[in-house]
Amino acid sequence: MNLTRRSAFKVAGGVASVALVPVAFSRVASAAMEDAIAAFTGGAEATDGGGLTITAPEIAENGNTVPIGVSAEGATDILILADGNPSPGVATFHFDKLAAPEASTRIRLAKTQNVIAVARMSDGSYVRAASEVKVTIGGCGG
Amino acid sequence: MAGKVKPRVKVPKKAAAGEVITIKTLISHDMESGQRKDKEGNLIPRQIINRFTAAFNGEEVIAVDLEPAVSSNPYFEFSMTVPESGTISFTWVDDDGSVYEDEKKITVG
Repeated sequence: MNLTRRSAFKVAGGVASVALVPVAFSRVASAAMEDAIAAFTGGAEATDGGGLTITAPEIAENGNTVPIGVSAEGATDILILADGNPSPGVATFHFDKLAAPEASTRIRLAKTQNVIAVARMSDGSYVRAASEVKVTIGGCGG
Repeated sequence: MAGKVKPRVKVPKKAAAGEVITIKTLISHDMESGQRKDKEGNLIPRQIINRFTAAFNGEEVIAVDLEPAVSSNPYFEFSMTVPESGTISFTWVDDDGSVYEDEKKITVG
């Protein structure tokens, strides 16, 4: 990751909020990643765990198509990010009344990295979870 | 883009009222990420499916915003409750403005 001046200031300015985020997240979160999460949560703080599950392989042989699933009881939207891709966004799921709050898809991972999910719950709170996927062959057409 | 874009969906034909069913969808599409270069070293412009939606009798069930990090031939699997007989319709929106559609009937009884 590259720690830019901007992100350094951001971290310095947000000590109170950073305190709630475990080391794993603050270590991996790049500026683009922080922006993507902030755009989704509207600046609200996301807490860890809380029933949000990421189903992802521990080791993916082919980064071009990595099967992942997300599930969170009571979620209305789930954002999926990957911190080691050229841009962090992967997909955002919006669940309406008839849908169960779970979905699976296949994604590209350029290298070994963390897949991060942030869920918006029906009560307006946010939860996040991360899962590391080791990639043997990268998937961004390099 | 190379090849014909063809959606494929798998939906049970019958369900009990209130049953939760699993739906699988796939659409053949290159999902050109905009990161790759051709032989001359020029960037190949991005062209992906950027949105997928499913609706039951006109009411939205699920919507997905896609980024280039979704694999080619985007695949989605999700579950929904079937309240009554009806039609589930699927749409995929391409960066070039094309909209691909498919629909399936579900009978409750």
